[in-house]
Amino acid sequence: MTNDLIHATAAELAAKIHSGEVSSVEVTQAHLDRIAATDERVNAFLHVDTEGALAQARKVDEDVKAGKQVGPLAGVPLALKDVMTTEGVPTTVGSKILEGWLPPYDATVTRKLKEAGVVILGKTNMDEFAMGSSTENSAYGPTHNPWDLDRIPGGSGGGSSAALAAHQAPLAIGTDTGGSIRQPGAVTGTVGVKPTYGGVSRYGLVAFSSSLDQAGPCARTVLDAALLHEIIAGYDHMDSTSINAPVPPVVAAAREGLSGDLSGLRIGVVTQFSGEGYQQGVLRSFEAAVSQLKELGAEIADVSCPSFDYALPAYYLIAPSECSSNLARFDAMRYGLRVGDDGTRSTEEVMSLTREAGFGPEVKRRIMIGTYALSSGYYDAYYGSAQKVRTLITQDFAKAFENFDVLISPTTPTTAFKIGERANDPMAMYKADLCTIPANLAGTPAMSVPSGLSDEDGLPVGLQIMAPALQDHRMYRVAAAYEAARGAFGGPSL
Amino acid sequence: MPSISRDEVAHLAKLARLAVTEDELDLFAGQLDVILQSVATVGDIATADIPPTSHAVPLTNVFREDVVRPSLGQQQALSGAPEAEDGRFRVPRILGEEA
Repeated sequence: MTNDLIHATAAELAAKIHSGEVSSVEVTQAHLDRIAATDERVNAFLHVDTEGALAQARKVDEDVKAGKQVGPLAGVPLALKDVMTTEGVPTTVGSKILEGWLPPYDATVTRKLKEAGVVILGKTNMDEFAMGSSTENSAYGPTHNPWDLDRIPGGSGGGSSAALAAHQAPLAIGTDTGGSIRQPGAVTGTVGVKPTYGGVSRYGLVAFSSSLDQAGPCARTVLDAALLHEIIAGYDHMDSTSINAPVPPVVAAAREGLSGDLSGLRIGVVTQFSGEGYQQGVLRSFEAAVSQLKELGAEIADVSCPSFDYALPAYYLIAPSECSSNLARFDAMRYGLRVGDDGTRSTEEVMSLTREAGFGPEVKRRIMIGTYALSSGYYDAYYGSAQKVRTLITQDFAKAFENFDVLISPTTPTTAFKIGERANDPMAMYKADLCTIPANLAGTPAMSVPSGLSDEDGLPVGLQIMAPALQDHRMYRVAAAYEAARGAFGGPSL
Repeated sequence: MPSISRDEVAHLAKLARLAVTEDELDLFAGQLDVILQSVATVGDIATADIPPTSHAVPLTNVFREDVVRPSLGQQQALSGAPEAEDGRFRVPRILGEEA
């Protein structure tokens, strides 16, 4: 029974809970038990909120018993990335600087989940301040990939994706600044979606790079991701960059896609994302996916987006620049860590000592790169040029979408690498986000759906699907059709 | 592109309010140099005629109705403070050494 509950999809669990076949408390307890049995090895969770989860589950069960109308995912457990504030529940962002902080308010995403009756199991591990591609930058130790515990689960949302792959939760929330939802999804064999920028509120999402940060759904199936997408999306007056437009009909699109017909759909293969640096098994998995999409009726052709070759350098100027400004709020005065306040030191000295002690190496590196890129004398050559590249990337997307409904590529150049393998080589680490970054810079939606396992190492590979802004439903339709055609590809033994 | 010296890293750290150690200065000087040389390639295609994009969704000022809404109370706002006194944030001295 427990085994069935942790292997079911969120949609299946919701149906069972809402029909009274099983209680949300039973479903929640099964996942809490699974976490207890496996998380010593995986380290997906930084905090498990047993009491809060069971209280929410009991409330849903009471509503179901009373015959009340409940939301489509009410009673289903979820793992929440520790970048979202949760009132009274620890929120560390993977950093020592916020260790022990209990936020006085809920993020909009957190509030929407609670109002929808979703059961928040706890907070998941992540690269500190979402800066990283492996979750090794967490101040609380790395998360391990359930497919191979010696390997990384991707990052920055490695905890959320590992929790899905380990069947600790059927749903999770991630945030994606340069690929932090899609890349972990790819290397753990799970689905990860970065919605259109502004589609999901950033209120209460601890900021890294505000013009790029975007929260989104993570799940094991495309339909589950769509159901979660519709719960968290929508205009929010608390976020001035929130888009005031209807939420794209992603659930209907996912259901339509399950019919398996993509006749007439035009798919562009981005030629920039192959060749040197790409693992052969990843490319073969991608080619197989292209063949399957053709069999489903899609028309597929190559498309060149030359500026995408400059997306990675542009990103590693824009994101650090914004982070150097955003992280100035960690000043040791209003919340978080304070170090060295012995009565003799000035505010500025205490601030510097606190930030030195509270931030890890990658965060410091990025703050200093951003400080450099924004300094007078270098601004035009670095930050200014990066913003121009951003324009070119947006133009390349627009041109490509004149001829294609969606674009595809591998999500990542390689499968999950070994923990420690790239830890001392920042540029090698940054390359994990090569294919995912353009969509962040353009603000367009993109997702990763598993394309099975690499034939050379047996590790999961992701297929990336990209769509124009506010056309999120297009990629869900393609992903659901592909997922049905692909079939099952096994799971990690844990 | 200029390579980053140890002194420049020390200056950046000071600007960024990071009391970095001597060892970190050595480490970061090397790493920042590699990273900055790599990202400097944006200059290859960023010609003068291209307008910059600061944000994917072009927005000017966003306004809302000026109505009173519930917000954090004093106690909640101070709940995470490293130190508080008389309902206020308590901070170390803010004046210079001579004061």
